[in-house]
Order: sequence, then C-alpha cells, then structure tokens
Amino acid sequence: MKSHVIVFPGSNCDRDVAVAIKNISGHQPQMVWHKESSINQSDLIVVPGGFSYGDYLRCGAMASTSPIMQDVVKKAKEGVPVLGICNGFQILIESGLLDGALMRNSSLSFICRDILIKPKNQSSVFTKKTQVAKMPIAHNEGNFFVTSEQLKKIQDNDQIAFQYCDENGNVSEHSNPNGSLENIAGILNENKNVLGMMPHPERAAELAHGCEDGKTIFESILN
Amino acid sequence: MTNHNWQFQTERSLVENHGLKLDEFEKIVEGLGREPNLTELGIFSAMWNEHCSYKSSKFWLKKLPTSGDRVVQGPGENAGVIDIDDGDVAVFKMESHNHPSFLEPYQGAATGVGGILRDVFTMGARPVANLNALRFGEPNHPKTKHLLSGVVSGIGGYGNCIGVPTVGGEVNFHPSYNGNILVNAMTVGIAKKDKIFYSAAAGIGNPVVYVGSKTGRDGIHGATMASAEFDEDSEDKKPTVQVGDPFTEKLLLEACLELMKEEAIIAIQDMGAAGLTSSSIEMASKGDVGLEIDLSKVPMRAQNMSAYELMLSESQERMLMVLDPSKEEMARDIFKKWDLEFEVIGKVTDTKRLILMMNDKEEASIPINILVEDAPEYQRDYIVEEPSPIKEYKSEDFDQNNILKDLNTMIMHPDLSSRKWIWEQYDHMVMADTVVRPGSDAAVVRVHGTNKGLAMSTDCSPVYCKHNPYEGGKHAVVETWRNIIASGALPIAITDCMNFGNPEKPEIMGQFVECIRGMGDACSKLNYPVVSGNVSLYNETNGEGIYPTPAIGGVGLIKDLSNVKTLSLKNEGNLLCVVGKSNNHLGNSKYMTIVHNKEDGGTPEIDLDEELKNGHFVLELINKQLVESSHDVGEGGILIAVAEMCIAGNLGITIDEDKEFSHRFYFGEDQSRYLLEIRPENFDQLKQLSESNNVVFEKLGVVDQAIIKINNLNEIKVSELRNNFESGVGNI
Repeated sequence: MKSHVIVFPGSNCDRDVAVAIKNISGHQPQMVWHKESSINQSDLIVVPGGFSYGDYLRCGAMASTSPIMQDVVKKAKEGVPVLGICNGFQILIESGLLDGALMRNSSLSFICRDILIKPKNQSSVFTKKTQVAKMPIAHNEGNFFVTSEQLKKIQDNDQIAFQYCDENGNVSEHSNPNGSLENIAGILNENKNVLGMMPHPERAAELAHGCEDGKTIFESILN
Repeated sequence: MTNHNWQFQTERSLVENHGLKLDEFEKIVEGLGREPNLTELGIFSAMWNEHCSYKSSKFWLKKLPTSGDRVVQGPGENAGVIDIDDGDVAVFKMESHNHPSFLEPYQGAATGVGGILRDVFTMGARPVANLNALRFGEPNHPKTKHLLSGVVSGIGGYGNCIGVPTVGGEVNFHPSYNGNILVNAMTVGIAKKDKIFYSAAAGIGNPVVYVGSKTGRDGIHGATMASAEFDEDSEDKKPTVQVGDPFTEKLLLEACLELMKEEAIIAIQDMGAAGLTSSSIEMASKGDVGLEIDLSKVPMRAQNMSAYELMLSESQERMLMVLDPSKEEMARDIFKKWDLEFEVIGKVTDTKRLILMMNDKEEASIPINILVEDAPEYQRDYIVEEPSPIKEYKSEDFDQNNILKDLNTMIMHPDLSSRKWIWEQYDHMVMADTVVRPGSDAAVVRVHGTNKGLAMSTDCSPVYCKHNPYEGGKHAVVETWRNIIASGALPIAITDCMNFGNPEKPEIMGQFVECIRGMGDACSKLNYPVVSGNVSLYNETNGEGIYPTPAIGGVGLIKDLSNVKTLSLKNEGNLLCVVGKSNNHLGNSKYMTIVHNKEDGGTPEIDLDEELKNGHFVLELINKQLVESSHDVGEGGILIAVAEMCIAGNLGITIDEDKEFSHRFYFGEDQSRYLLEIRPENFDQLKQLSESNNVVFEKLGVVDQAIIKINNLNEIKVSELRNNFESGVGNI
C-alpha cells in the first residue's frame, strides 16, 4: 500500500490527512513537494486541504499549474485513485480532472462545522463503504456549480459522490450548508478514480475527534 | 512641559509629532551628546512610546508573580514558556491590536493574529491554537456591526489560511468601547524544552539575516499611533495600519521551523511593532552587543525608501536572525525553497551601538543602553477610587413569575448568547487535534501524537473591573482558572493583556494599579503565575477612557484526555449539583444590566481560599471519574449556566422544589461555584467527600427530558431557549 500526499505552499491539512492514512492503513504516506516532477508508483494520491498560494487569484488556480500536477493528471488518467479534499477539490477542478466550479458559500462567509453527507454513487472505490456520515466542513468557497448539461452528464454517469443531507439521509435545502447545486458535497470523474470533496474525512477519523465516520472513505480505498 | 525654553535646532513640532515629550527629547540629546538626526529621532520615538517601552506600566508589572515550578520562561521574551512534561513545553502570549482594528477592522485584527503567531513561532514552537478576547460598543451602535463582522473575518481570514485552529475566546459589548474597540489575540504553541529559541544576539562578526517579506511603506509609526488617544480625525491614521499576508506567514512559519531543526540559529526575533527598529535593538540589548546594519541591503517593496522609512516600517511577516556563519548557505537554501527573502543585512559587533549604514553613509549611531536601559520610566500619580458599594437585594424586589421570561431575555442578549455565529467563521479543527471545540468552558487541544492536552480560556469582566478594579482583577484571573478546572485540566499559568485608558489620568492609573494588585493576589494564591503579557494604554476617544480591561488568557494541562469534561448534560436521571456557596449577589450582574439596565450594586467579592478549595475539589472529583459533565457558574448566574448545559446536551432539568425560588438565587453572580452532573449512585460518596473537604456541595435538580422546570408551575422547552440563544450575536 503506497500513498502520496502532495504539499503545496499554503497546504495546511497535509499532516492531518497523512496521520489519518497512517492510523487507518498502518502505512506512512510519502509527502511530495509540489516542485517535484513525478510521483513513484502509487495506490492513492491525496491533494490535501489548505490555502495553496493563499487562495490568491482563485482557489486552486495557481496550485493547478505546479510542476507536480502534470504527473497527478497523468496518473489519474492511468487510473490511479486521486482524492482531493477541500482546497484539493478546488485544485482538481482547476486542473481539469473534475467538472464544475466552486463558488463562494451562499452565506458569503467561511463556514466551519459538522455536516452530514451520504453517498449517491455507492459503488466507487471511495464511496462504497460509506452511509450517512458526519464530518466537518471548513471553507469559504464550497458552493458547487455546473451547467445544466454538465449536471445531466454527471448524473447520468453516476458521478455524484456525496450530497449534504440530514440525520435520516434526506437531501433538502435545509441540509445544504453552502448553496451547492443539488447539495453536492463531492463528485467523481468519469472513470470514478478521482474524487473531489469539500468535507474533511481526516478530521472525523479517530475517537478524539468525537466522530469516526470519515474513516470509511479511507478504509474503502486503502484496503 | 509647557514652559520649556526651546533651545534646540530640531523643530519642536517635529519632536511633538513623534509622540515624544520635550523632557524626553532633552534626555536623548544628553545621551547622544548631540541632537539626533531624523532617523534617530524616529528610532527613539518608536522605542520610547508606551507600546514598546512600557514606561507607565513597568513599575507595576514587576509586582506580578512570574515564577513557579513549571515556568521555563517568564515575561521579557517574545512569549512565556511552561513545562508540560515529557520534555514538551507550551509557549504562549496574548497581545492587543486595538487601535488598528478600530480604524480598519479586517486588517487590524488579521495582523494582530499574525503578530502573535510570530511571537510564538519565533521561540521555536509550532502554534497549535489561537484564542481571542474582543470588546465592542453597544450592539445597536452604528459602528458595531461593521466592526464585529470585520474583526471576526479578519481573525478567521488569517488563522484559517495559516492553518492554526481558532479554538476559543470571549466577546463583550459595552458603550465604553463605542469609540475604541479591543482586539486581543492569543496564540499557544508547543515546542521541545531543549529547543527553545531566544532573542539575545551573540558572536561578534556573526551575520544578521533578514528573512520573510519585503519591506514597504506600510505601518510606519504604527506603534506610536497605538500609544495615542483617538479623536475625530483618527480615521486619517488609516495608512498606519499594516496589511497582513497569512500565506507568506505560513511559508515563514514552515521555513523557520525547518531551519530550527538544525543548529544554525543563534538568536531570532520577529519584526512586530516598530519593525526593524525594535527587533534589532531587542537582540542587541539582550545580548549586550552592538549591531551594524546596512539598510541598502534590506529587501524593499517600494522604490527609494529612506533609512527612516526602513527602520519604522511595520510591514508584516518578517524576521531578524543571527546565524552561525557556517550554516548560512544551508539556511539560504531553506528560505529559497519556500520562496522567501533571505538577506544578510549586517553583523554583530562589540561596539554596543546600533549603527545604520545606507549607501556607505552613516544614518544613525546610537548606544543601545540609551535606547533601552535609559528609556523613560514613570511612576505616574494614581488615585484609587472607592469601589462601588455592594447592594443587597431581597427576593421580593423582583416578580418571581418572570424568572423564565427573564432567562429568555438574558440568553438572547449578545453578551450571553451563543458565539456560534463567530466561531463557525473560524476553522477551529484544522491540525485535527481539537478535542473540545469552542462553546465549552475551556477549549482543549491535544498535544500532537500524545494522549495529553492543553486547556485554554480567555476572560475578563470589565463591568466588575470598573466598579471594583481590585476584585475585577482577581475575577479575570480566577474565571480562566475555573474554566480550565471545569474542563478537567490543571491550570498552570496565564498571559495578560492590560487594556486601559490614559495613564496620565490618576484615576485611570489607579484602575491599573488596583487591577494588578487583584491579579497578583489571585495568581499567588492559585499558584498560577504570569508568564507573558502586553499593555495597551491610551484607549480613549475624545477624552473618554474605556472600562479597565485586564484580559487574561489561561493555560492548563490535562494529562489524560479521557478525563476531559464538557458542559453538555449527558443522561436523564443524573443529578445536577452546585459546588460552592451561593450568597445571592445581584449587583452588576447580567440580570441587572440586561433586564433592568442598571449598572450598580458593586462587584461580587472572591474569597481566594474558597476558590482554591472548591477548584481542587472539582478537579479531584473529575480525576476520580465521578463527574459526567461540569460547568463553571459565571456571568448570568446559576440559571444561565444550567441553560447552557441543557442546550449543549439537548436535555432538561427539573429543579428541586425546596430551592429558594428567587431571582437572586438563579441570577446571582457569586463566585467560586461550579455545576456538576453526577450519577445518582455517587451522590452519597460525593456528599461525604465534600464534607471532609469542607466544601459546600448541594443537589440542585434532576436531569430530565429537554425541558427546564422550576417547580410545577414554570417550565420552558430547551428548543425554545436554543433558538433564542443562537439568535443573539449574528443578528447585531
């Protein structure tokens, strides 16, 4: 089991996700500095949360042009699982691996709190073990949007990974924290080997976090 | 001051515009043996202002207890350091950024956070938690909404980006802050005890290195501005507010910590208030050496910057270091990797002078001791005013049928309502070690990779301080102590942020002196020393001073995280008990100020022996696993504390019928009290323990479904209370 965590200037959840992967899989992921040009053979590449390049210009825009991203895109196209969390999701969109855009939250403010999500696609390598799950969000730009044609395409192809929901799994406006279209919290690429999600599973991955629901996402991919 | 015969060539107005008194200027001339040039005048102005020199406060601050078994470094360095076992230390400090935040709330608050973070990682610690203590004017004052939302987004904007969780804080609203808000930011970091970095320069000939951002013209004279009062024209001072760049600070943090793993840094000092001036002088003074700096080598953001501007700029995200010369190239590579400036700008000398060169011309030459040891120090006149008299209220003074209605009114007031609207804008979980999130008594953050944690709390009750500065000073210290105990941790030490009005007014100086006396007594009794702090004076607008506000940030250690307690009620059928004696003190309580709009009746007094005894009792019960949830009884009294526990746990309580059914019992703000939820089968054992410890311990009621019942006639649904509780601050 070999995993890699990409570190950009301004990444700040790189350590957190590495700790979660180590705790869950027993294997220490390798940290990869963004200026490197390639990643060795990998079973999982994580693009972590944070504020790469300070979120200046547009979230994820500058990081998507870092040298390492060329290889991440290449590996993703070869079928290597790639997981982007929060800022990582934004970077994957900017690098063209995922559809859509992440706009400012509808409240126009940063939101950090627990939310509930449930998988829409229940067969992907990332989502197959997860049911209604509680984990935190912490972002200013998580309001997912796609055009209606793109939406139809990702719906038809079962690319919606997670949706914000309530305790009973109902997807409603009330359970939508940031205004995302169709309550979308995470989406997959066409081949379902790339996942971008706004919630932070690595912050709900051990008892001390008060909730371990985030573990299932790592467990399904790491085992 | 007024009758001086001006006999100098330097323009008198130039001296005055630099915030220097005329006799202070005479002292400069005497020290130098000549008149200073403009650059030197700027340097003296920056070093001798209140903010940097502590000239009015130093004498009194020395009276605070600063030592203890666990104190590794007390006041005087960038931050205080305490021992938290296993070779680990906690490094922390709180600092004010009041004036800039009033002028430009987002940047003022953001750079306040940036500055205090640098103070902590300068010492080799990785910051693990941010907290704050905020005061705004009345909720309906036209500026309050703008200032509150600006400050909150500024704190969040900086902390969220750099990736340090903002885990706790406190907020008050009071008219005395209408024209002068307070923004106090605190950072707590963790380091290894044998890897702490200090600021004393050493090694004649060693390189002085500048790292971080380039220097621009922003923030010139910020510290001098922060030492002056406000008037109608203060908005014009906006250009003195610095602009923060948390992204660069994140790079600086990682680069510094990376370099600190090597044996390369001899001394390091962040460039905070008064920038290059205070950092270079601090390093030279601490090391008893001189520094020679070539200002033309300073990385510049603007063209044609003068020596004066370079020395006084408060551009953010910069550090000054003295390096081991053999490690210079390795250090340069680290900063290059992080895309940061790295420039050797000078060297350590044996002249004991600060010598500044620019384009081969000497711009300044000042003996360090004149700047530091000979800095003015005042023992200002002070008057201690008689504390407001304590007023006794009777049960009959208030209509008992209104108790629950009044509870509702109080819980939706911005002073008591939920701070969720604020903390949801802060990333309080990044680093994945937050164990107790904001909203409980103290926040708890795990020491990474261990099973121990730090409990942290900030507090102050300015109304208490105004009406009795001595008791108010005690209270601020004790409230953090109590919050830390209630979370299950052992309180260790505090940092303070002393926010007061103009010290040249004897009654303001009297408030300062008395608050210090109260704080000192509390710290001594509780073995809870001061390890770092900051003073912010001249918090006045148009001659009106703020209420005395000695904000305290306390830190405690919890050795086993399984003993952490929160305030949320856990199970129906459990008992809720009160520790400590209730004396029905209603003066200056939240009940009186919110419901009756009356600010009088005295400040509740604290019996420090009682405080110590009750606190140790609660901690003992928690460590014996006899407590399910715990909460200190603070502002608003018992019923507010009960309501907070019910809302957090989504459970209710039926209060015993034999309790005195009166406002003064439910809303009295007597001190040294806690509420504990316990299992019913443990009650007898606890009662016995309390008797042998001579602690007052009484059952208050039984945990029930989500309804609060006070005898059979009165009840309120917890869901209704929650709606009101959560409506307060966000609706300002």
